[in-house]
Amino acid sequence: MTTPQPKIDLADHDVGFLQGLYERMVLIREFEEGVKFLFLEGTMPGTIHQCQGQEACAVGVCAALESTDWITSTFRGHGHALAKGLSVDEMLFELFGASTGCAQGKGGSMHMVNMDKGMVPSIAIVAGGVPVAAGMALAFKMQQTSQVAACFFGDGAIAEGAFHEGINMAAIWDVPALFICENNQYGASTHVSKVMRTATIAERLSSYGIDGQRVDGNDVLAVYEAARNAVDACRAGKGPAFLELLTYRRTGHSRRDACHYQPKPERQQWMDHDPITRLGQALTEAGHTTTEELDAVRKRILVSFDESVERAKTQPMPTVADLTTHVLA
Amino acid sequence: MTTTTEKTRVSLAESLRGAITEEMARDPKVFCLGEDIAVPGGWGGAFTVTLGLEERFPDRMINTPIAELGFFGVGVGAALMGMRPIVDVQYGDFLFLAMDQIVNNAAKMCYMSGGQCKVPLVMRAPVGATGRGSQHAQNMERYFIGVPGLKVVAVSTAYDARGILKAAVRDDNPVLIFEHKLLYGSKGARAESGAIDASSEIPEQDYVLPLDQAAIRREGKDVTIVGWLLTAHLAQQAADRLADEGVAAEVIDARSLSPIDFETIGASVDKTGRLIIVEEGPKTGGVGAEIAAGISERFGDRIRSSIRRVASADVPVPFTPVLENAYIPDVPRITAAALEMVRG
Repeated sequence: MTTPQPKIDLADHDVGFLQGLYERMVLIREFEEGVKFLFLEGTMPGTIHQCQGQEACAVGVCAALESTDWITSTFRGHGHALAKGLSVDEMLFELFGASTGCAQGKGGSMHMVNMDKGMVPSIAIVAGGVPVAAGMALAFKMQQTSQVAACFFGDGAIAEGAFHEGINMAAIWDVPALFICENNQYGASTHVSKVMRTATIAERLSSYGIDGQRVDGNDVLAVYEAARNAVDACRAGKGPAFLELLTYRRTGHSRRDACHYQPKPERQQWMDHDPITRLGQALTEAGHTTTEELDAVRKRILVSFDESVERAKTQPMPTVADLTTHVLA
Repeated sequence: MTTTTEKTRVSLAESLRGAITEEMARDPKVFCLGEDIAVPGGWGGAFTVTLGLEERFPDRMINTPIAELGFFGVGVGAALMGMRPIVDVQYGDFLFLAMDQIVNNAAKMCYMSGGQCKVPLVMRAPVGATGRGSQHAQNMERYFIGVPGLKVVAVSTAYDARGILKAAVRDDNPVLIFEHKLLYGSKGARAESGAIDASSEIPEQDYVLPLDQAAIRREGKDVTIVGWLLTAHLAQQAADRLADEGVAAEVIDARSLSPIDFETIGASVDKTGRLIIVEEGPKTGGVGAEIAAGISERFGDRIRSSIRRVASADVPVPFTPVLENAYIPDVPRITAAALEMVRG
């Protein structure tokens, strides 16, 4: 397995832009950690699939999108939603099952949505969003807009038929879809090497006439650069693009999975390549910030998150009458 | 009675084609997506419904690979982004391949988004046993009537086909339209032996029909016979025979299978006190079971004789004609059931 490059190249990016990426990653990290705590103490109903350690994928890709572009996501979608601009409030309220949540309490963790912010409901069938994104991109092409559909999924999706059918159609119709495979190396408890014979996922894309690229998914700037190039190509009518973002799932598959199947040295190696720490180091080494300032960013986000939790606890719940609304448009 | 309205007699396939053409001309967001639908010199889909449309709408007839799961998902995505796709399968049996996209995505997006999303997706599927063995023959209606968020209709005449397809295109919800291979009236190489004439006189002007209403095809006071697709026609033939026996059957074409129009069916049962449901497809777990249960709940005190189902045996669709004929409900079985109930 290729190890990520430890050094992040800041190139000549604007400091404000870089700080924004950092803050957004910390927001996702602290959201997920806070949510994990709330679940374990029994405050929230349901289940969760978390993305700690994968923040650079969501943030790097969404930084390359316009607000008018769209994303599809999966059951592990909190990071994508926050990166696309959903608020902590609307997501926390949804997780609490409140009628003020982003789906009025009817979607929950696996179906985060905000149609005003370019996010269709997350699809919890692993490759289910791949043909949907191809269709969204087909619509953009037929409507002659310059929008792009960015489709997030994991390595667990690449053996499902919907993945191959959707990617193939996107390719033959040259639609502006960006497929992003977050290869966190585990589909539930099964390592990706047990479900494919090629060394990388990206190389499989050549069979569809797409130039798949593997990128260090824990380097937010590498992800951003690759995504920006891909989005530019999509807008220029050069058809779909595919990024394999190599990362690591450091949380359990879902809420009570202790990850006993992940070797400790492997876990440690990826912990050492934490996407937030790496960007923070690069920023301090370049003199753009100090560790104190970075700590302050985290503290500010934590305070704000705690305030959201307090609000979430007092949100109105749907009434039983809401059970039968929204079945039909 | 004479009217000033011009009318032409068209087959069910021609009627669908006309409706699709008019909807595409009316609204640039409407487009077709499916297998073998846009090949110049080709078939116009498996049963000629989209024949020649690629000449008029070259950018909106999207020919797909053989990938039902994929292109139903493409339809969902396009619909979410404001398009109005009409997606079809060559044979209804292939809907099993697309099941995830239809049930998990198309039907649920509105609900699980708290009403933010619309999926205005029309899906068309030909069903019915027609000498093709077990996998190009099933009646698939039963698998979709219990899917909240999905409207399910069945068209048995050319007149209904036009009005219902247009209504489906203009509806903001996913609508699954079932069609029967023996009712299309397809011509040439795509013609079906054993076909039944489902052609209608169709007015030139635009019209839509409701997606939630059954149609009373014949009035009668003694027994209510409900069918849809092929069995709506068989029920009418049975009613002719019953009339010779002095029995007045009321024939209802269910048309809307989800929701089921219990009001219309129930009003008829209220009058006759007797109900027969005729279904092509295994008796167990069929649409007929749902109609029977719903009528029992709502009109149980009006039923004078146990509700009957005339359906297929609980077997896959067989190939050989002698067995296939035994599989499909026929006029003698419907007639016998009605006479037993009335004279019973």
